[in-house]
Order: sequence, then C-alpha cells, then structure tokens
Amino acid sequence: MIEVENLTKEYGEFRAVDNISFTVEKGEILGFLGPNGAGKTTVMRILTCFFPPTKGKVMVAGYNCFEDSLNVRKRIGYLPQRVPLYEDMKVNDYLRFVAAIKGTPGKEVNRKAAKAMDDCGLSEVSNKLISTISGGYRQRVGIAQALVNDPEVLILDEPTVGLDPKQIKEIRNLIKELAGKHTVILSTHILPEVSILCGRVIIINKGKVVAEDRPENLATESAQRMLLRIGGDAQLIGQELSRVGGVKGVEREQASGDANVFTVVLEDEKLGRQGIQAMIERNRFELVEMRLLEVSLEDIFIKLVTKEEA
Amino acid sequence: MNIRNVSLILNRELKSYFSSLTVYIVILMFLLMTGYFFYNLLATFSVVSYQAQTDPMLAKQYQLLNINETVIRPLFGSISIILLLMTPLLTMRLFAEEKKTGTIELLLTFPINDVDVVLGKYLACLVVLLTMVLLTATYPILLVVLGEPEVVPIATGYLGLVLLGAAALSLGIFTSSLTENQIVSASMSFGMLFFFWLISYSVPLVSAGLGQLLSYLSINEHIESMSKGVVDSTDIIYYLCFIALFLFLTLRSLETKRWR
Ligand SMILES: Nc1ncnc2c1ncn2[C@@H]1O[C@H](COP(=O)(O)OP(=O)(O)OP(=O)(O)O)[C@@H](O)[C@H]1O
Ligand SMILES: [Mg+2]
Repeated sequence: MIEVENLTKEYGEFRAVDNISFTVEKGEILGFLGPNGAGKTTVMRILTCFFPPTKGKVMVAGYNCFEDSLNVRKRIGYLPQRVPLYEDMKVNDYLRFVAAIKGTPGKEVNRKAAKAMDDCGLSEVSNKLISTISGGYRQRVGIAQALVNDPEVLILDEPTVGLDPKQIKEIRNLIKELAGKHTVILSTHILPEVSILCGRVIIINKGKVVAEDRPENLATESAQRMLLRIGGDAQLIGQELSRVGGVKGVEREQASGDANVFTVVLEDEKLGRQGIQAMIERNRFELVEMRLLEVSLEDIFIKLVTKEEA
Repeated sequence: MNIRNVSLILNRELKSYFSSLTVYIVILMFLLMTGYFFYNLLATFSVVSYQAQTDPMLAKQYQLLNINETVIRPLFGSISIILLLMTPLLTMRLFAEEKKTGTIELLLTFPINDVDVVLGKYLACLVVLLTMVLLTATYPILLVVLGEPEVVPIATGYLGLVLLGAAALSLGIFTSSLTENQIVSASMSFGMLFFFWLISYSVPLVSAGLGQLLSYLSINEHIESMSKGVVDSTDIIYYLCFIALFLFLTLRSLETKRWR
C-alpha cells in the first residue's frame, strides 16, 4: 500500500531524513517511533504530498506522491501534528466542509460528517466554534476530519496527544477497528501505545531507521537480562557468575533477606542460563529465584537511540 | 478546475470574511472616506452653482461644466485611490493566515487542485470588493434623484472601478502567498500598487516611446476614459491581463511551496 524507497529530505543543508526505506501492507498499522526531531513529521508530510522528497521514491496506494499527488491525496486522511483547523468555523460546518472538499457527494455530506462526529465523540460540541473548544476536543476534530471520507490510508501524527485517558482508549479502539480495512501510519512518543496498536514499529532517530520489527519481537530479541537471588558468599558468587560462558555482565543489587540479588546481562540466553545452573549446583549455592527480566519497549527504545549516539 | 471545489472554497472564505469584524470595519472606513469626498464635491458644486445665479461671468464658465464633470468624475478619482488603499487589507490574510496557523498543511493535502484554491479565494475577496463598490452607488443614485447627470459615464465609471479593484486584489493575493506575515503581505501590496499608480508620473521625464509604455502600464490611467463614458477594449484587456498574470504568479508561488 505504501512504498518508500531511499527517501531523503534536506532542509537547506540540514538532512532531516536520511535514506529511509520501508513498505506498509494493506490493512497494517505501522508505528513510527522516535525522539523529538527524529524526522517523523517530515516523512508524514512527504507521504501526504505536502512537500516532495529531496531524493527517493514514495508510492501510496499505487500512485507516486510527486507525480500523481492528486490521486494520492484522494486516498489519504491526514492528521497533522499541530492540528491546524479553521478556528472561525463551527465543528459540524467544518466537518461538512472537509467531507465535501474530499469529494463526498452532496447528499452524503451530512451523513458522513455526522458519523465522523459520532465516532470521535464530538456530538456535545458540534455547534461550537472550533476556537472555543478545549484542546482534547480539537484533537478529536482533527481525527474526525482525517476519518470523514473513509480513506484507504490514514496518516496520524501523534493522534492521542492531549486526550484524557478515557478518550485515549476510545481513539485507540477506533484506530484498531480501522485496521484491516484501512492502512494506518501513526507516530508517537508513547511506547505502550505502539505495543497496543501497531502490528509493526519503525524506530527512527536523526533521520535514520534504527530498528524495524513487530513490537513483541523487538522486546524478546533484547530480553537478555536475568534476575538471580542466591544465598551464599556474595563475593564468591559474583566471581563465579562472571566466569560463566554467555554472561556479559554481572551487577550486584541490594540484598533482600538472606539472599544476594544479582542482575546478569546475558549475551546468549540459553547458554548463559544453563551455565549459571551448572555453576550453582557445582558450588552448592542456594538458589532462591531465577527469572528473565521482561524488557519494556522503553528500554529498547533508549538502548537503540543511545547506541546510535555513542 | 472544478467548479464545486471552487465554490466550496469561496463559501468558506466568505463566511470567514463576514464572521470577523475586520471586513465590516474596512467597509465602514471605505464608505466614510468616499462619503466625505462626495459631500465636499457636492457642497462645492452647490455653492458655485448658487453663486453662478448672480454672477454671469461665473455662470458662463460654469455652463461648460456639468454635474458629471464637477462631481462624478472627481468622485471616481477619489474612490479609485481609496480603493487601492483598502484592497491590501482584504487580501493580506488569504494565504498568509493559513501559513501562520498551519491550516495550509491540510488545505494543500486535500484532494483539490491549486487552481481551485486560488480561484475560490480570489472570488471571495472579489465579492467583498463588489459589496464595497456597490455600496458607494448610493452617491450617484442620490445625484440622479436630485439632478440630471448622464447615466452612461456613471455605469462605465463603475465598470472601471470594479476592474481596477479586481486588479489590485489579484496583486494582493499574490503577495499574501509569498509570506506568512499579513503585515508584510499588505506592505508589499501597498508598495507595488503605489508603483503601478505613480509609474505614469515619470512619463514626462522619459522618451516618448517609453513614456507611452509607462502610461500604458499605469494601473489608474485606464479608468480615466471609462469615467468619461468611453469603454476602450485596450483598457479592459489591460486589467484582464493584469489579473491573469498575478493569479498565475500566485499559483506558481503555491506550487513552489509544494516543491520545496
Ligand atoms: N521547515 C523546516 N525547515 C528547517 N528544518 C526543519 C523544518 N521542519 C523540520 N525541520 C527539522 O527537521 C528535523 C526533523 O523534524 P520533524 O518535525 O520531522 O521531527 P519529529 O520526529 O516529527 O519530531 P517531534 O517528535 O518533535 O514531532 C528537526 O531537526 C527539525 O528541526
Ligand atoms: Mg513531529
């Protein structure tokens, strides 16, 4: 559905996006993850034909964003990060305007606008001026205008920023329902959101892709830390542990009760686990607890992003 | 071009114009200024014609003039200058505001052609201009009620005013597409309109050929004959070309936005 090949975008001398390639299949939800200034918004603006890339090829729904932009724009719904709306319009007038300008036939404009308002929980404010509604409602109007025409592709730049927890849940459910029929790309800083919503994540930093996978794979691939609680001579245990094959590092934590607590970083999970077991049996240490620490996306994110910087 | 999209943009812009106070104030100021000129011209006219009743010399001189020459033609002259002063205030927001608030990002990613956007916005300010100009028609109507002016020069004079205003608007919408700052846009329009207005002042200073060209380029030379009741196709062509040129430049300026 979306193909991006060797995409580069330069603002003057500054390279905001550096040779990115990825594809998104129909019905997929792709998460764009990255720190501030990573280039997420820039990529989205290119996908929505707001400006062209400096280099590279971008295809959306089979059309080239640069050469055939009108056909691309007919098939996308876009929520820009700043949520720019016409402040002097009422919510329902605005959504009707957007529905009409996106080519909805006259008779269906009202129905589509009403449905979008319904889906995004806007009925209460439908008669208010956009300049007078609260930030969260603005965000919802932004999402509603992106959805209003049932576009094939949805491009949402930080869709859940500024919403209350209940609304975040509702909007996430809405986005989830869209998957399958629609193709969605969303950017976010909120890591759990990615695991909840996205089938696949692309982590970008400083304009480059640093990782790309399913959220759960990203997590298991780097599940390499193990917590150990062992009774015995702490010094000796530490020495023995660091000698085990497959173990990269040993850290002694605050002891709990009469057992010493260690976190061990494993290079090779299986080898390390077996080695540690054997070592404990050999030395007759008392094993209290041994478990793999689950690694959160936060850890991976920080690891990937800081690795890049180092 | 897609008529439906043009009219959607036009409608939105019109609503936006008339939902803010700015346009009402611009129209009010325009009417106050033109009304002031009208009042003065009319008062002078009535004083002089009253004196002419007792002064045969003056009367003879004055018979050569009539209400068309003494009131209506100077009135068109003043209205045209005030119009040039007001149009940048109507056009400055058209693109600059969208850039400042970021709404241009959605506007340019909607599935509509840039031509439709430019035409819709242009027609919207043209509607406001027509409203302004038509409201001044109260002055000549008053004259028709009170006296016996010739009607043809009034009609062609209005045609001239509308064409002049429409030309000024096209220049204004172009400067609005160049910047995100409304003040900058208005200043640029003022400067360029001033240039197109005063260009004819250099005519006596240059060679005849160049002089002819300069006076042809001057934006207000072309309403002169229309306010006398003469409609020359070259004048009309001048304004239409002026409008087409600046709308085209606006379009290009939008496209470079898209291409940068
Ligand atoms: N119009 C512009 N001119 C010059 N530089 C720009 C422009 N827009 C963005 N940049 C730069 O490009 C880089 C990427 O910006 P971008 O907005 O794409 O980041 P982002 O990943 O969306 O960040 P955030 O999470 O803060 O929204 C930043 O360093 C930014 O300063
Ligand atoms: Mg961003």
